[in-house]
Amino acid sequence: MNENADKKAEARETTAGPVLQTAPSPHLSNESFTTRRMMADVLIALIPVVGMAVYVFGMFAVKQLVICLVSCLAAEAIFTRMRKRPIPLGDGSAAITGVILALSLPGPAPWYVGVIASFVAIGIGKVIFGGLGMNIFNPAMVGRAFVMIAFAGAMAASGYMTAGGAVDAVSQATPLTLFQQEGVVTPLLKLFIGTTNGSLGEGSALACLIGGAYLCIRRTASWEIPAGVILAVVVCAGLASLANPDSEWTVLHHLFGGALLFGAFYIATDPVTSPLTSGGKFVFGLGVGAIIMLLRIFSGYPEGVMFAVLLMNAMTPLINRWMIPKPFGTVKVEEAA
Amino acid sequence: MGLKLAGFEGSGTFAKGVHPPGHKNFSQDAPIEVVPAPAKVVVPLMQNIGAPSECVVKAKQDVTFGEMIAKATGFVSVPIHSPINGKVQKVLNVTLPNGRHVPAVPIKADGKQLEGAALMEEILGGDWPKDAADKHDPKAISAAISAAGIVGLGGAAFPTHVKIMPNDKRPVDALLINGCECEPFLTPDYRIMVEAADAVVCGALLAGRAVGAKQIVVGIEANKPKAVESMTRAAQGTSVKIAVLKTKYPQGSEKHLIMAVMKRKVPPGKLPLDVGAAVSNVGTVVAVARAVLRGKPLTHRVVCVTGGGIVQPKNLLVPIGISYGELIEFCGGLRPEAARIVSGGPMMGFAFTDMEMPVTKGASGVTVLTRDDVKKAEETACVRCGRCVDVCPLNLVPSKLAVASRNKNLEVAERYNIFTCLECGCCAYTCPAGLPLVQLIRMGKAAIMATRKK
Repeated sequence: MNENADKKAEARETTAGPVLQTAPSPHLSNESFTTRRMMADVLIALIPVVGMAVYVFGMFAVKQLVICLVSCLAAEAIFTRMRKRPIPLGDGSAAITGVILALSLPGPAPWYVGVIASFVAIGIGKVIFGGLGMNIFNPAMVGRAFVMIAFAGAMAASGYMTAGGAVDAVSQATPLTLFQQEGVVTPLLKLFIGTTNGSLGEGSALACLIGGAYLCIRRTASWEIPAGVILAVVVCAGLASLANPDSEWTVLHHLFGGALLFGAFYIATDPVTSPLTSGGKFVFGLGVGAIIMLLRIFSGYPEGVMFAVLLMNAMTPLINRWMIPKPFGTVKVEEAA
Repeated sequence: MGLKLAGFEGSGTFAKGVHPPGHKNFSQDAPIEVVPAPAKVVVPLMQNIGAPSECVVKAKQDVTFGEMIAKATGFVSVPIHSPINGKVQKVLNVTLPNGRHVPAVPIKADGKQLEGAALMEEILGGDWPKDAADKHDPKAISAAISAAGIVGLGGAAFPTHVKIMPNDKRPVDALLINGCECEPFLTPDYRIMVEAADAVVCGALLAGRAVGAKQIVVGIEANKPKAVESMTRAAQGTSVKIAVLKTKYPQGSEKHLIMAVMKRKVPPGKLPLDVGAAVSNVGTVVAVARAVLRGKPLTHRVVCVTGGGIVQPKNLLVPIGISYGELIEFCGGLRPEAARIVSGGPMMGFAFTDMEMPVTKGASGVTVLTRDDVKKAEETACVRCGRCVDVCPLNLVPSKLAVASRNKNLEVAERYNIFTCLECGCCAYTCPAGLPLVQLIRMGKAAIMATRKK
């Protein structure tokens, strides 16, 4: 239909001059930054993390990525079909959910874990709220939380142990679990490069920093969120070190270990489920970081990124309400009085 | 913001805003030309913010160039004068680009007209003495402005005598002359500053005298070095200072100009006067100089006809009431790729298709945009990225305002200060989801106004 309209417009143009239209201002738009481009940016930024995952975990990573990607796209198609809406696979958001979900799962988790997590992520995490832009919780984290509880065996510490890949270290427990249960401290460089066991995407701090920097420079991700997360973690971990100066698990271990940087740059920065204003985003980041540290230090779980993000997602509407920016030139009440 | 503009309180810029491509190249180097005298003008009786003007001539009456054809109907109202010699016809209704239907006085040209170089000399030429200001009584300056029917020529069309008058209750520290012209494409103010800098300085000094300003500052964006140079030369030896401001949209907004130069914030709902400032556009002060020194009314203005969709972009000196169609015709007509004709610039201007529409006092130009210019990404769902918040120069939450307006959540819209919005378009320009944020906010404002009237 659109093509026909174009042809008609062209035909008219050749006979009777240009076709003029009216529309409300502004008449220009910044085309270098569109929703589609944002989604593409996230996928581009995920390349180093995916690359590292495939290098370390080999076929485990490839399998998990394919399962989650296909399942998420299928889930999006099926569920939006049920709502009788046009299927929005082109917007790329389901693909992002799929990749992030896969990267947050352990490589050896059985295939059905990935499939179920994907359907929960898209169905309950997103479409049920009305699709892209309407969901309250990060879809990938909703999916992961569901399987973490439903398939505790495949997802808990033991789920990671059977992995095997290009690098020997990955048949061990994850660095955070090793430390929590046995007090073994993984060398910093190993944590930074990422030749350790863990969820597929969380290993390499380096890869996350490269992709994260790209996201922040493109302004696809708001820098305020990772900045808040990292600041809160540094402060909390610093306090923990002061309280327990003998611990060999330092601030840098906290930063480079586990899913912290992956969560800070890729998961917490989901625009839909984070606050609108710059200040709100920073507060959101601080909250995520603080809850992560709370869980890492005081809870039975070795890692807390997923719960921290979900909890702060729930706080987002509240943060938005608290932080309504004051219009330009607003005089403070006491000054006016 | 620790930066400071040398010699001024402000930092030379403001927070947030956007950087749309300037596109000034189409018409910036075209000297101001006089458009051929039209066979007919149609002069709308409502060309200013405030009360409309009241027609004082009858059909078939002969009028001469500069003769008053409509009088002011209140304080915030202005008289209107005939831009040509001719015969008045029956009053008719016209639609202005902003959508208002207003009565207008058609005047058919009759007899000899002032044309070409002679008209240019009459409006912009001659001597503009810079030591004249002290000889004029402030009240007399304001009265001359009022009698000349001058309104803000930058686009808002607010009656100038209301701003430029002695005011004991709220004294004015600084008179700012707005030479920012931050809208993409537009160049008339730029050409005035390049070609008639002396007239701008002369008018600025007179207006400064009227308000009793301690300082007079011309704000010009850094992307207009030639204007800065010519204005600096013209201002030499006078008290007029030139502030070179960072190029950013909407630097030409009154509130943001005051912020950039004086580091003062005009609170929502307040006027520049409340922080001791008055702002006037460069074209406006030229009209002020002509009114005060020569007693001549505002009958002509400089407009640009520009954009990729016009064959020969130009800057023109035109009579108020000439049709937009004639201007476009004079500039060689439209190119095949023309897609949208806008009165004003592309960020805040009004698109129209009726070539008979008359030029008003507040019309700064015609921008003919091409299909490429107006191409827009497909509208998607709001992903709450907050980009609109990042760019809103008034520190609002445009996405929230737009959603509230769309859902008729008028109370929420008011809580988020919808009436502070100046509709500059930064949010909709930036929105990655291609949402018509400004239009939705306009709808919200209109809906609230409708409920208030009840």
